[in-house]
Amino acid sequence: MSKKVLIADDEPNIVISLEFLLRREGFEVLVAVDGEEALNKARAERPQLVLLDVMMPKMNGFDVCQALRADPEMAGMRILMLTAKGRDTEVSKGLGLGADAYVTKPFSTKDLVAQVRQLLGV
Amino acid sequence: MHLRILTGERLVAVFLCGCVLFNYPLLSLFDRRVDVFGIPLIYVYIFAAWAGLIALMAWFIERSRD
Amino acid sequence: MLNGPAIFAASLLYLVLLFAVAWWGDKRADQGRSIIASPTIYALSMAVYCTTWTFYGSVGRAAVSGIGFLPIYLGPTLVMALGWFLLLKMIRIAKANRITSIADFISSRYGKSHLLGGLVTVIAVVGIVPYIALQLKAVSGSVSLLLHYPEIVMPGRSATLPVFADMSFYIALILAAFTIVFGTRHLDATERHEGMVAAIALESGVKLVSFLAVGLYVTYGLYDGFADIARRVAAADGLHRLATAIPTGQGYTGWFSLTLLAGLAILFLPRQFQIAVVENVGESHLKRAAWLFPLYLLLINLFVLPIALGGLLHFAGQGVDADTFVLTLPMAQRQEGLALLVFIGGLSAATGMVIVETIALSTMVCNDLVMPALLRLRGQALAGSSDLSRLLLGIRRGAIAVILLLGYLYFRLAGEAYALVAIGLISFAAVAQFAPAMIGGMYWRGGTRGGALAGLSAGFLVWCYTLLLPSFAKSGWLAADFLTQGPFAIALLRPQQLFGLTGLDEISHCLFWSFFANIGAYIAVSIMRPPTAAEASQATLFVDALKHARPVGAALWRGRAKISDLLALVGRFLGPQRAEAAFADYARSHGGVAVDVLEADAELVHFAESLLAGAIGSASARVMVASVATEEPLSLSEVMDILDEASQLRSYSRELERKSRELEAATRELKAANERLLELDRVKDDIMSSVTHELRTPLTSIRAFSEILRDDPKMHLADRERFLGLVVSEAERLTRLINQTLDLAKIESGNADWHATEVDLKALIEQSVAATSQLFRERGANVELDLPDQLPSILADHDRLIQVMLNLLSNAVKFLPPDAGLVRVSLRAGADGLEVAVADNGPGIRVQDQQLIFEKFRQVGDSMTAKPAGTGLGLPISRRIIEHFGGRLWVQSAVGEGATFCFFLPFAQTGGATEIAPAQGVHSQFVMEKT
Repeated sequence: MSKKVLIADDEPNIVISLEFLLRREGFEVLVAVDGEEALNKARAERPQLVLLDVMMPKMNGFDVCQALRADPEMAGMRILMLTAKGRDTEVSKGLGLGADAYVTKPFSTKDLVAQVRQLLGV
Repeated sequence: MHLRILTGERLVAVFLCGCVLFNYPLLSLFDRRVDVFGIPLIYVYIFAAWAGLIALMAWFIERSRD
Repeated sequence: MLNGPAIFAASLLYLVLLFAVAWWGDKRADQGRSIIASPTIYALSMAVYCTTWTFYGSVGRAAVSGIGFLPIYLGPTLVMALGWFLLLKMIRIAKANRITSIADFISSRYGKSHLLGGLVTVIAVVGIVPYIALQLKAVSGSVSLLLHYPEIVMPGRSATLPVFADMSFYIALILAAFTIVFGTRHLDATERHEGMVAAIALESGVKLVSFLAVGLYVTYGLYDGFADIARRVAAADGLHRLATAIPTGQGYTGWFSLTLLAGLAILFLPRQFQIAVVENVGESHLKRAAWLFPLYLLLINLFVLPIALGGLLHFAGQGVDADTFVLTLPMAQRQEGLALLVFIGGLSAATGMVIVETIALSTMVCNDLVMPALLRLRGQALAGSSDLSRLLLGIRRGAIAVILLLGYLYFRLAGEAYALVAIGLISFAAVAQFAPAMIGGMYWRGGTRGGALAGLSAGFLVWCYTLLLPSFAKSGWLAADFLTQGPFAIALLRPQQLFGLTGLDEISHCLFWSFFANIGAYIAVSIMRPPTAAEASQATLFVDALKHARPVGAALWRGRAKISDLLALVGRFLGPQRAEAAFADYARSHGGVAVDVLEADAELVHFAESLLAGAIGSASARVMVASVATEEPLSLSEVMDILDEASQLRSYSRELERKSRELEAATRELKAANERLLELDRVKDDIMSSVTHELRTPLTSIRAFSEILRDDPKMHLADRERFLGLVVSEAERLTRLINQTLDLAKIESGNADWHATEVDLKALIEQSVAATSQLFRERGANVELDLPDQLPSILADHDRLIQVMLNLLSNAVKFLPPDAGLVRVSLRAGADGLEVAVADNGPGIRVQDQQLIFEKFRQVGDSMTAKPAGTGLGLPISRRIIEHFGGRLWVQSAVGEGATFCFFLPFAQTGGATEIAPAQGVHSQFVMEKT
């Protein structure tokens, strides 16, 4: 059975590209365009991996990450933070909040896919 | 060990007051053959003024002790 | 009962009691538990002022001149009111400089001059030794009177007794012994004698009690109160005047002179200086003593007149000397106990005066006469000796013995002579000569050594000429012609009508001429030249004694010394143990280091010098310290600099406070400025972060799609085209973003080019709407224009205003509801400008977001829609453009009721550009004028 991946980003074009990339890799892809939607979909659909943009309306990626990590039922969920703010503090903040990996935009599609595969163990 | 400035000024006032009380012309006012309860006026005057000055000094000084 | 052995036993018993009290006082002082640390004891010890001259002599004076004796006690009362300032200052100065006598005080003030100290000592000795003689005479007389009890025989001939049969000789010896034992027990830097003070206080108590006792007895025992005495006096011939009037021989001038003289005596008599200044153990005692001592004076004088008048009535025509009334009245009434008490009281008055006066004089003689002479004559020999403290003590003891013997000798020689009887006031007049140098020295910086020497010498000579020599003449030791004709029969030089001055009593006469000479010479000589460095530095120590919290003496010395030399030097005079103890104390108070590692700096040298000053006088101390320390002399200007520094310290500290307040304010401002800068920095950081974020976002899409396209050549054509389209649009977005960022940066930095022309706003709006009509059509929205004709044109940059309009219109379009959108653009002319409004029927903007939207990169998206397209820079740029032309851009909106963006442009530019940023405005206006 294919792995389920949730893409949470408010930039439609980035979502399109990520969706395309991950579907091509054979993953089942869910999309959320803001933090709240991301959290709800993660709870409802239990994806194995969340690609989480930091700068999102309503609830930012950090908060979503924190909320996910606070929920023991979703302990196994992998989280990959995506951000256009490449500052070290943000990277460490994300990792400190329990993200499994951190990728800065713009990213290499190959690297991102490799990263996703590694996180999902495939 | 400082007297309050006011106390110092009061003592100076006592000094000046005494200078006036114990000298001409005030003294001459009492230099006459009048008795107070049989005691010569000048004698009564000087000792009364003297005692008064001492009392004033005592009052000013002792009151300034906090 | 009143026989020789009884009197001798009583006297002996009393003296033993004094010894015991003094011994106890010293013992307690050694234990650090002073028994004299009380204002009452201090006030009582001050009453050493009242000698036998008071005890026996007041009644004598009153019998002659009525209340004429009172100024001698009124003067001190008045001065004690001022004592607060004068005595306190003297005490401070003496403590700070270890001054132990009035000679030392004057010598030290005028540059530590041996000559001055010596002169003062000579004046004091000449003036005081007869006074001591008077005390011995009084004791001798009282003994003689008592020995003839029950008869009353005037002691006129007692002086003819052989010396070894004369009891007053033995009394002089006992007093010498007492004074030596308790006055020179050890050399001490402070020269304080607590045991002696305790004994003196006791004596003051005894004399007051005995005098009050005899006064009460005479007034209420012998007579029926003062009124009774006054009534009887009124009946007697010639006596009434005594009770009621200022004595004619004296007059008000004499009264005033006596008051002044006594007031000065209470400050400058050596014994008063000793008790009030040197022996003072706490400044605060001065407070209560200021009224207790006058009270003592009042009490001891209360019964003087009643006793005098009572005696005159009682012994009328019997030839009894009024000086003896105090004793003879009880004797005549067979009141043996009272007579003995009075005798003891008189003995107290005499011994107290003699002891203190002798100690004070011996200190002066030792420190200001003998030591300087020794230093001068035998300096080398002294320098070789390792412990001079015994020598010093020996000198003092010798001085005490010599002074007392001199006093006894004078008493034997003078006998009943006028020169002895009148010595009380003559002495007062002698010590009054110290007043100009003392008071001037404490309050006038300009006084110099020369001035003091001249003043003291002149005053002393005039005193000798107008008071001392005449007293000799009156005693028959000089030809009477000297008085009546003047020397060499020059009438103008008659000593008591000097230069023809008549109408004054002899005391006033002397006081006037001596002060005239003294003060005149002091001031005249002082102002002839400026003070030397040494004088100026000492002047400051004295004049500013109450101002400096710490003595500045140490600051006025510069040089090098070795600690071991200083210790050895002080040890030689004080004894090695005392010196070591003193240095150890000093070390403890200076960081608790060991004595041998102390730094021999100016402060330590000053300390050593002041230790020595206590023992050998300040002038000698300076000489001795100079012998072991290499002093670099300070020039006058250097001293002045240091003193200036010292005197300016307070103003400096005020200045410092002011500066520190200013500094605090500046620091606060700096802090605030720094916070603003940090805030700006943070904002800049945020903006940079936002800019990079905004740049990275389209870049991310572009890169992702490019890589997808590259990695998948077999992609469907439709996907390929869609992705390429996205890449292009993201690239356009990126371009737009970069342009706008640069544009905004240019506007903000003032580097933007502005091309101000006459702009027809109506045409401009129509043009803008036309340019965006495609957008509206795509959105299915309508635009309504409400533009009046005939509007004045406005001065602005046409292209920039187009930019604003396009931004507002495209913003409006973004938020329009699909297919029902309506945008109304209106233009209105006001009194001073034009107002444009662009209203949409979109979702509106929350009040809390209405300011936010004008911030850079702040896009407020509707919660239901995706992130709005655009860079987030349009509105900030538009607002700056409008503001540049002196107008303003704002929004009116409520949620659900659409939003209306308005801007107002004034007709006349009232420096709008400068309103925003003055520095930039100039540049902008310059560009505008150019075009």
